[in-house]
Amino acid sequence: MDILIQLIANGVLLGGVFALISIGLTLIFGIVRVVNFAHGELLMVGLYATWLLSAKLGIHPYLAAVPLAIAFFFLGALMQRAIIQPLMNADPHIQIFATVGIGTALANGALMIFSADLRSVDVPWARQATDLFGLASVSRGNLVAFAVSGIATTGLILFLRRTHLGRAIRAVAQNRYAAPLMGIDVNRIYAITFGIGAGCVGLAAAVLAPLYPAFPTVGSFFVLTAFVVVVLGGMGSLEGAVIGALIIGLVESLAGYYVAPDLKEVVYFLIFLGILIVRPAGLFGVRGAE
Amino acid sequence: MLRLEGLRAGYGPVTVLQDVSLEVNAGEVVTIVGGNGAGKTTTLRAICGLIKPQGGRITVDGRDTSRLAPPEIVDLGITMIPEGRQLFPFMTVRENLMLGGFKPAARARIPERLEEVLTLFPRVRERMTQLAGSLSGGEQQMVAIARGMMANPRLLMFDEPSLGLAPLIVKQVFQIIDTVVASGTTVLIVEQNIVHTLQIATRGYVLENGRVAMSGPGPELLRDPHVKRAYLGV
Ligand SMILES: Nc1ncnc2c1ncn2[C@@H]1O[C@H](COP(=O)(O)OP(=O)(O)OP(=O)(O)O)[C@@H](O)[C@H]1O
Ligand SMILES: [Mg+2]
Repeated sequence: MDILIQLIANGVLLGGVFALISIGLTLIFGIVRVVNFAHGELLMVGLYATWLLSAKLGIHPYLAAVPLAIAFFFLGALMQRAIIQPLMNADPHIQIFATVGIGTALANGALMIFSADLRSVDVPWARQATDLFGLASVSRGNLVAFAVSGIATTGLILFLRRTHLGRAIRAVAQNRYAAPLMGIDVNRIYAITFGIGAGCVGLAAAVLAPLYPAFPTVGSFFVLTAFVVVVLGGMGSLEGAVIGALIIGLVESLAGYYVAPDLKEVVYFLIFLGILIVRPAGLFGVRGAE
Repeated sequence: MLRLEGLRAGYGPVTVLQDVSLEVNAGEVVTIVGGNGAGKTTTLRAICGLIKPQGGRITVDGRDTSRLAPPEIVDLGITMIPEGRQLFPFMTVRENLMLGGFKPAARARIPERLEEVLTLFPRVRERMTQLAGSLSGGEQQMVAIARGMMANPRLLMFDEPSLGLAPLIVKQVFQIIDTVVASGTTVLIVEQNIVHTLQIATRGYVLENGRVAMSGPGPELLRDPHVKRAYLGV
């Protein structure tokens, strides 16, 4: 088997994982104009929740995916209503303190409750390799995560384009002054958007749990990449985030092999800087165009 | 239908409207006249629920609406076409119009309403798939009016619909407003171009320094020496 094709396959699948985590962050940033620094910690909570459901109650992680996404929707909406909403008109610095504070509290809470040990969900089926047209070999769990990511991002993009609620969400991003004049409850849209962003994380956690263990700081492991993806994609463009995620996935995979595993982050930050020099607004960025 | 009694309103600690009382009855065309900064836009914003009154009362059909949020005002059948058009620039004209019919009561009838509205705006029909932000100023104003009409409001409020438009387009905008009036929709209009609006107005209010300085039937105000001097420069 050609190693290049294998690396590309790994990269694309990894990109799918990044996409699933990044779209929620992109959506929240694009619509609510708040950077959710607790996004990674929400993923961490999701991974622990999946682990608890699986290890203690014997529920298969994939079965937990939809209920977890729904539960996280309400968690996200609640977080917006209780903590972010009172700060919507405050200085952006204060919003940053708030979301960083939520993240830190969640990470330390997890450390207290679960200790620093790794908690893995063992799904033997997901660990097995499967053959991709005789060209590459990838784990089934990775394929599932990629497929779920594809369905979720496509569904979200269609939802935003085709439904009344989706249009209202975009309307709030494009003109906050005019949206209420259409009868749109802007604060409700903020809560729903936060909910959808968190729901994506809940979904991601369930399909990633068979691949990645839960530990208190697992959030920061993913979220840095997610921030790179959001900026690369154009701050709020979902399509841009998906393309950005695939680029980062491919770069990680290829650079990890051809350059050096320890240097792969250096390579993708260089590409990141290069793209931003050529296109300061990101790949798909037009201010307010989401 | 709509009544303001001793309305006081402003922004934060600043009071712009000191004491504004006016009424709009079903089927009327009412206009507010006043110089720059007199508080015309502020009055419309207070009616819409975008700013909360500092004092006085706003009632719709006898019900106090001072504490209602903008979507609730829209649900009562009151829609504002804001100053400066305020379209959703990265959405198509069609999407903008559909958002005009966002409130649940209007949503069910979007296709029929779209057809009714577009017969008034042939130019808009040709631009349905274009992004609203890429339209000319006149086209944008037509879309803004069409979007407001999509809500099928009982009371439609216009804020400076002719601002910044070429004379020919201004004429078209006034024709549209005449059509809206003829269709039986109640209209409250704020306009710099007071000759046309006062001619068609059942009643006009002259707003000065946040107070109603004068009011009366539109054509009568148009003949008033003070109005002539202050707003027509004659
Ligand atoms: N968002 C705001 N914050 C603070 N003050 C404001 C705000 N909007 C308007 N004002 C002030 O309120 C006063 C009245 O403004 P308003 O927009 O109601 O005037 P207007 O009669 O509509 O004038 P124009 O003919 O120029 O549109 C002005 O002095 C203005 O500076
Ligand atoms: Mg004004």
